[in-house]
Amino acid sequence: MKNSSYFLNGLWKENPTLVIVLGTCPTLAVTTAAINGLGMGAATTFVLVFSNLFVALLKNFIPDKVRIAGFIIIIATFVTIVDLIMKAYTPALYETLGIFIPLIVVNCIILGRAEAFAQRNKIFPSILDGLGMGLGFTLALTLMGSFRELLGNGSIFNIKILSANAKTILLFIMPPGAFLTYGYMVAISNYIKSQLK
Amino acid sequence: MDYITIIIVALFVNNVVLAQFLGICPFLGVSGKLSTSMGMGFAVIFVMALANFATYFINQYLLIPYQIEFMRTISFILIIAALVQVVEIVLKKVSPPLYQALGIYLPLITTNCAVLGTALLAIKKDYNLLQSVVYASSTAAGFMLALVIMAGIREQLELVNIPKGMKGFPISFILAGLLSLAFMGFAGLVK
Repeated sequence: MKNSSYFLNGLWKENPTLVIVLGTCPTLAVTTAAINGLGMGAATTFVLVFSNLFVALLKNFIPDKVRIAGFIIIIATFVTIVDLIMKAYTPALYETLGIFIPLIVVNCIILGRAEAFAQRNKIFPSILDGLGMGLGFTLALTLMGSFRELLGNGSIFNIKILSANAKTILLFIMPPGAFLTYGYMVAISNYIKSQLK
Repeated sequence: MDYITIIIVALFVNNVVLAQFLGICPFLGVSGKLSTSMGMGFAVIFVMALANFATYFINQYLLIPYQIEFMRTISFILIIAALVQVVEIVLKKVSPPLYQALGIYLPLITTNCAVLGTALLAIKKDYNLLQSVVYASSTAAGFMLALVIMAGIREQLELVNIPKGMKGFPISFILAGLLSLAFMGFAGLVK
């Protein structure tokens, strides 16, 4: 496999959000606005790239029987770093994302990539895989956040798109809207996939 | 805040799956059959109550006195993972029938973000030990409630003709959306 295909794999063919449907909790919870989706995606990408890098580096030193615990410690370390960085530099975003920043630890995408990819591959492909998966996750979250913000609030990235007296559907920034939007997004991506074949 | 309010809020108003989006993966994964969803539900109640009990002590007597609160995430996830292992070993030895019923669900619970999420939320809400355990058990009962309702609907859904692109995940999400909409009706229960 070429290096570019490691990277592109996560963006579309095995997109973690739309195709494999992993890491659903943050996807549903934080996408009330496009900026939140982007922030969550960036934080997850950072953790994904560094956990893949360190799992690939340390794979020969971690005994096979305790590898899951080892991976979780590596992941939790980088989640703590992200947590502290965001608390210091983006306090408003940190407040909005709240509990879902520490919960990046239990995001199945990250442990999944460590187990399925990084522990079997060399360092450079692992970094590319983490970057591709992270960007695929970020893109899907930002797209979903944009939809929900537009329908529920009439804006995207806090820029007003609809006129001030246009009626918006508040439901879409409430919990049921998250499930409905995600359901239709997966259905549309399934449809596009079946058409391309 | 009295205990009745904590229970009602955790069960209905702020349902862990349908309003707070925690534990979605097992919610979608094991809600195919009614019997498995009951087993998973009981296992989660058991582990979550224990996890909140254990993390309360870690937080109160280890993290706060030594001012290492930033270690909360990493220490809690290790505690929960270890706890699940211990519960598995003890159950196997002490009560084989219970182990038979819950055993296969236990390893799955480590990655259930509702367990870590509830432990972190209980600390954010400044609950004392008893409040924290009551909160965890009723949150887990709320998880079981959502899971069982979903499994009941999905068993019926097997008999229905669903458009090809909507099969599997999409229809489950839309179902969950409708359930969540119904649960929003509980919002008026507590001020």
